Amino acid sequence: MPRGALMPSQFTISGQTLPIIHMRGIRKAFPGVVANDQIDLDLYPSEIHAILGENGAGKTTLMKILYGFYHSDAGQITLGDRVLAIQSPADARAAQIGMVFQDFTLIPAFTVAENIALFLPELDPVIDLKAVRRRIEDFSSQYSLEVNPDALVSDLSIGEQQKVELLKLLLSNARVLILDEPTRVLAPHEVQSLLSVLASLRDDGYAIVFITHKLKEVMRCADRITVLRHGRRSGTLLKKEASEDKLLSLMFERELPGIEVKKLATPDRGLPALELRGICTRAEGAETALRDLQLKICPGEIVGVAGVSGNGQRELADLILGMKHPEAGSKLMFGEDVTRESVRSLRQRGMCFIPENPLAMASVPFMQVAENMALTRTRRYQRFGGLVMDWQAVREDFLQSSTRLGYSLPLYAPARSLSGGNVQRMVIVREMAQDPRLIVASYLTRGLDVQSAIAARQALLQARDKGAGILLISEDLEELFMLSGRLVVLFGGGIVGVFKPEETDLFKVGHLMTGSEIRHAPAI
Amino acid sequence: MNGLLRYGLMIFIALVLFGLILLVSGRSPIGSYRDIFTSTLGSAYGFSEVLVAMTPMLLTALAVALPSRIGLINVGVEGQLYMGACFATWGALTFSDLPAWVLLPGMALLGMIGGGLWALIPGILRAMGLVNETITTLLMNSVAPMLVSFAVFGFWHSPMDTNKTPNFAPSARLPTLFGTRVDLSLLIGLALLVLFWFFMKSTRWGLEMRAIGGNPQAALRNGIPYRTYVISALCVGGAIAGLAGMAQVSGFYGVLLANFSRGTGFMGFLISWLAGGDPLGIVVTSFVVAVITSGGNLLQLTRDLPYAMINILLALTLFVVLAKPQLARRRKPA
Repeated sequence: MPRGALMPSQFTISGQTLPIIHMRGIRKAFPGVVANDQIDLDLYPSEIHAILGENGAGKTTLMKILYGFYHSDAGQITLGDRVLAIQSPADARAAQIGMVFQDFTLIPAFTVAENIALFLPELDPVIDLKAVRRRIEDFSSQYSLEVNPDALVSDLSIGEQQKVELLKLLLSNARVLILDEPTRVLAPHEVQSLLSVLASLRDDGYAIVFITHKLKEVMRCADRITVLRHGRRSGTLLKKEASEDKLLSLMFERELPGIEVKKLATPDRGLPALELRGICTRAEGAETALRDLQLKICPGEIVGVAGVSGNGQRELADLILGMKHPEAGSKLMFGEDVTRESVRSLRQRGMCFIPENPLAMASVPFMQVAENMALTRTRRYQRFGGLVMDWQAVREDFLQSSTRLGYSLPLYAPARSLSGGNVQRMVIVREMAQDPRLIVASYLTRGLDVQSAIAARQALLQARDKGAGILLISEDLEELFMLSGRLVVLFGGGIVGVFKPEETDLFKVGHLMTGSEIRHAPAI
Repeated sequence: MNGLLRYGLMIFIALVLFGLILLVSGRSPIGSYRDIFTSTLGSAYGFSEVLVAMTPMLLTALAVALPSRIGLINVGVEGQLYMGACFATWGALTFSDLPAWVLLPGMALLGMIGGGLWALIPGILRAMGLVNETITTLLMNSVAPMLVSFAVFGFWHSPMDTNKTPNFAPSARLPTLFGTRVDLSLLIGLALLVLFWFFMKSTRWGLEMRAIGGNPQAALRNGIPYRTYVISALCVGGAIAGLAGMAQVSGFYGVLLANFSRGTGFMGFLISWLAGGDPLGIVVTSFVVAVITSGGNLLQLTRDLPYAMINILLALTLFVVLAKPQLARRRKPA
């Protein structure tokens, strides 16, 4: 039996041998790209099945076909020995298949119980919210998915909203749970609790599909792993047969280049690229107020910002970018006071920004990639005083920057047709196109596959070596430790710790991030 | 081409539905439609009257279409049109001795200033994040005609009447074309629409406006000055509406009546939304609406139809156009 594509014949999980879902020969083509080709997949009860692959490998498409969101061009899906004709998500739900999308589908103005009631298949004309609430509480306590049924969804954190999405599926009797990159939006400790929730669901017989491109999570929780590459299945492995190296070689055709980070001995001690002096902001709505921030970023230095999201990261990035102005304190760029300058003039001074959610915060979906490329520097590309735009120059800048990063993107496709990772790549290509002097990068590699993440990090290091000051906001502590010359921890809108990465450890930073006291020394 | 076919189909459906209504009310649909088309498209005079009806619609639709490109809803064209007419009239009455080549551009400028200033108020309120422009522009519509009435009744009325000014001097009248009632503002409207198309398609400002319309959050973070665009787009929209007002008093009426506009501004709003803010669509839609309204005037005489029936036909057209996505979807599997 070839090792790469083995089917578990002798293999059993909790005594069950029959798969509940068979997918055979699934094919789906979108204009210009074959997203899925000849894919076979079996799902067993009581297993966590990870679907692994880089961005655009076809993971989400495959699962959206199973959930009835897309129609496959060829192939069939069987449930037990019954052929399923899944035409819509309603059909999928009738077959006890449920899916949690990357972007949640909750109604913010409704309470948790109302949102869940809305999703239930048989909703009484007069809704018995009490009964719904009781069932929510049953499931919550059984699987430690604690959430207040009467809370408004708009008041919940992302992690809690995800719990609500899961509860929705459980209450509607789904037995196959599909989760599309569930850990992308979670903080490290939330990931841990999600994985243990999934494990206990698995033990109760649920089949769980876990779409991800993070090897570590796969190795931690999956029972079986299917790897997709360019829309084809490159292998299905049992956990015990899998290793990180083997999975990587299935995900990518060639060997992965490692990344080598040279620490600069001392960053340039000239005028700081950015200096914040006693910055305070007022919180509007659900924002976090920044409290008395002191921060200095030298040219040629990467300052990492660690913290659980929602502790002021977005506000800090927006403040630096000039989206909002501080109540007190001042902001200096290369020694000049820019506290109240507009986004445009700050960008003209050489500031660049890679936001946490590039599709919503940095790109215009219906515009072509080329037009998106021009947006941050419209004046640079204008000719005849703005009467026409020089698209040739845009193209040249794009090609130069994307070649340097090793990304390939369609220049004339509308941005909305790109996958999530490709939108991130597009924004990185754009922001790195001119030699930036100050870069604010939020969650730089979120949503990127291993290879693209390496390219993005290398681009950041290149910019650093050319003398740019960089603020890197991330939840990926390994990334922060690898790249930063200095590390600050943000908690509750204030800086609660400043470290050199080599003088601290994950444990200490993790505790400062969560605001918990360090009670005992690290075990190692 | 495909789009034209679809528009044709929509109009056809609307005509069939209206035909049924005519049938129910005991008139011959075929005869009525023949009357409409012969009276409008069948003769040079009829055709020129259609162009006359269409002229203000082009400008008022553009006044809605431009701000709509950055997501602003300008319901206040009617009011802006009144203010433009008011300012232009002041110019016409005060400087009536000036030659036409000075007076007319001056009046146009005054009209644009009047409409622009009227739209500046909602623009600033919106840019400051205080009040939504839909509400302010709509409410200011009822204020503008009263200001005009105040000026007419109080200061400008002619010795004979109380509700209108003296007739404008010939130098304050827009020249007409080919001896018909069609005046120069038709060409101005068409030229502005072409300019608008070019502006949105290839200039830097067009690109930036499309970015704001597509994703305001991203536009802000990319350094596009959002507030400046909100204020300017509303002001320019108001200025175009003001120009339409100037064209109405200087071209069509030659006098300022206290309540001269019968919903031209609202008609522009309707046309712009039917056409999706697209310049060519605005021309086509304005033309169709003009055929219906001026043909409808005639039906009152020949078929003894109440004018309200024409509103039914307009409403049916609107209804069919708004159901467009439904049509497209159903035709796809076939």
